[in-house]
Amino acid sequence: MELSGGEVLMEALKEEGVEYIFGYPGGAVLHIYDALYQQNSVKHILVRHEQAATHAADGYARSTGKPGVVLVTSGPGATNAVTGIATAFLDSIPMVIISGQVPSRLIGSDAFQEVDCVGITRPCVKHNFLVDSLENFASTIKKAFHVATSGRPGPVVIDIPKDLTTPDIKVAFEYPDHVEMRSYSPPELGHPGQIRKAVDLILSAKRPIIYSGGGVVLGGASEQLCALTKELGFPITQTLMGLGAFPASDKQNIGMLGMHGTYEANMAMHECDVLIAIGARFDDRITGELDKFCPHAKIVHVDIDPASISKNVVVDVPIVGHVTQVLDAMVALVKESSRRPEKTDMESWWAQIREWQAMDSLGYDLSTEVIKPQAVVESLWRATKGDAFITSDVGQHQMWAAQFYGFDKPRRWINSGGLGTMGFGLPSAIGVQLAHPDATVACITGEASIQMCIQELSTCLQYNTPIKIINLNNRYMGMVRQWQEFGYEKRYSHSYMDALPDFVKLAESYGHVGMRIDKPSDVDDALKEALSLTDRVVFMDFITDQSENVYPMIEAGKGHHEMRLNPRKEPA
Amino acid sequence: MRHVISVLLENESGALSRVAGLFSARGYNIESLTVAPTNDPTLSRMTIVTIGTERIIEQIIKQLNKLVDVVRLTDLTEVQFIEREIMMVKVRAVGEGREELKRMTDIFRGRILDVTESSYVIELTGDDHKITAFLDTLGSENIIEVVRSGATGIARGEKSLKV
Ligand SMILES: Cc1ncc(C[n+]2csc(CCOP(=O)(O)OP(=O)(O)O)c2C)c(N)n1
Ligand SMILES: [Mg+2]
Repeated sequence: MELSGGEVLMEALKEEGVEYIFGYPGGAVLHIYDALYQQNSVKHILVRHEQAATHAADGYARSTGKPGVVLVTSGPGATNAVTGIATAFLDSIPMVIISGQVPSRLIGSDAFQEVDCVGITRPCVKHNFLVDSLENFASTIKKAFHVATSGRPGPVVIDIPKDLTTPDIKVAFEYPDHVEMRSYSPPELGHPGQIRKAVDLILSAKRPIIYSGGGVVLGGASEQLCALTKELGFPITQTLMGLGAFPASDKQNIGMLGMHGTYEANMAMHECDVLIAIGARFDDRITGELDKFCPHAKIVHVDIDPASISKNVVVDVPIVGHVTQVLDAMVALVKESSRRPEKTDMESWWAQIREWQAMDSLGYDLSTEVIKPQAVVESLWRATKGDAFITSDVGQHQMWAAQFYGFDKPRRWINSGGLGTMGFGLPSAIGVQLAHPDATVACITGEASIQMCIQELSTCLQYNTPIKIINLNNRYMGMVRQWQEFGYEKRYSHSYMDALPDFVKLAESYGHVGMRIDKPSDVDDALKEALSLTDRVVFMDFITDQSENVYPMIEAGKGHHEMRLNPRKEPA
Repeated sequence: MRHVISVLLENESGALSRVAGLFSARGYNIESLTVAPTNDPTLSRMTIVTIGTERIIEQIIKQLNKLVDVVRLTDLTEVQFIEREIMMVKVRAVGEGREELKRMTDIFRGRILDVTESSYVIELTGDDHKITAFLDTLGSENIIEVVRSGATGIARGEKSLKV
């Protein structure tokens, strides 16, 4: 089969089983768009800004486990995509981004819409390629998908000069069925000796805790994590990225840890004697001050990326391998063994944890006057029976979503944890909804974040993605305001969101339903009504308490045991 | 501690900047970095001299290994190895100093490559210590220009770094 570059790409995407490609056309990709036009196996979603293309592909990837695919033009198309590429990179999301480049002979001449895309994206991709010949294009695509999806996943950019996609230059097409890369072989099997050592340590624990992260979600190891946790009867806490891998409703789950984690999770981290870290990377939002991190603990760390091990925290038993395989092996060893932690030790550990839990660190005061943002999230949880896909932006609303929407399943909680990208919520929800057309998809956002990619309301209409936007409108960049309240004597420098649009009218002008809710007593009914409009986008503008803060909070320089609690929780 | 790391990487455009970018992005030290193709034209060999605590060196090695273009690497400092660097130095050479310079060059087993009425270009090969010692001997007031290749290294014995 003789194909042009554009056709090679289409055939390759078909071979990779790609359903959707999120993109935006321009000069350098016109040939590709022409090839796209003449086929019907891959559906193209036209976004309104290239950042949104990457976030939508990202949402698709996070909610399905399949790689997201993006197509952008050279120059501004590529630079607009960078934020989304970096977002995917920091959360290890598999993604393949195809960017057009100026014709080969013009590269380096400051040609129209030329940027060094490979250079600009290098620090925020797992790998990138500049295609140098049409003959290599198919194998490059194959490699890109392989690298993006294997090992620790991540975004891969393919930059393709325009001349290589010219319709009348054709090449014999054959899509390789496997990849040979002598320089790339991600680890698979955890070392059996290390796994045994870990299990020995785990079974000798007196105050153990399992700390699991996004790696469990990405590695599809939720089932294995549950099996291990159940078999051991240990308490488990998850990172922001790991929510849902173990059911929130399970009694062994003591909630999220870290900067805005629960009192019980953070205290248990501080007091534990054995820490079992699984697919988590000891990020600074998790550890707090490193010198104070888990002072009594021996640490087991399971991760697919050797570079994650002992990067921030030196661990005692590292295991490099695929998390499903390692956990399966651990479960088998635990089941084989007759040893278990001392019953009395475990009982007193759990008693201690229950005592911390009794503190009710997430508790907040309801009001009849003003809507509490936490209450909206709780109401949404009830109205969706805890079974929706929730995307989020960045700020207080994101933390409240994480704290109050109890995720029982993996891949339901879609947020930018690593890069913290405002603007992620709405476009990622589009990707999620396309991947799960019959599911309820809600985007919990703030009035500042939503404005960063608001133009995507138009994309929602075009492709009929009936997402529900839950705007927790506190008229502030709440998270910024909170830091200014605590750390800058309430000097609210440029964190007030002035001149807000009328979101109801805005939604309507985009062809959607808009609702404004400002009474606490209306929250439940409004949500019910919005959710009943299953074929419409509904923008719900909840006017919420402006002064509410996210608690608990570990401030800079503090350890897990030094949380700032909701003032109502502090003893008088 | 000072470490000498040898890296085999794909001889592809961009591979060098991936390594250099890694060092700058993560704030690792580079004392020197040399790179050239090997007898296998598809591979380049790079020698990186870096300074860091054991933990940082461990991270550097892991991060380098993570780069898709890196095929194999070794920390030469862990084994017996030979380190060589070439330097050319242009020095002021006038009057009686000329004889003295020639003698010093012989003692250090250097070679004089270029001679004018007032200057020499001296070539010297050796490890970092030897080269620094020679420069100290010359004295900064006499040195007009220095160019150093950066260190290259290879393990002693049968051990080798290859695909
Ligand atoms: C692109 C981007 N710019 C700036 C920030 C810094 N930042 C973090 S939270 C936040 C405020 C978010 O405000 P809003 O969306 O209203 O959410 P709230 O905290 O009020 O719930 C800002 C500016 C960011 N995370 N991302
Ligand atoms: Mg806000």
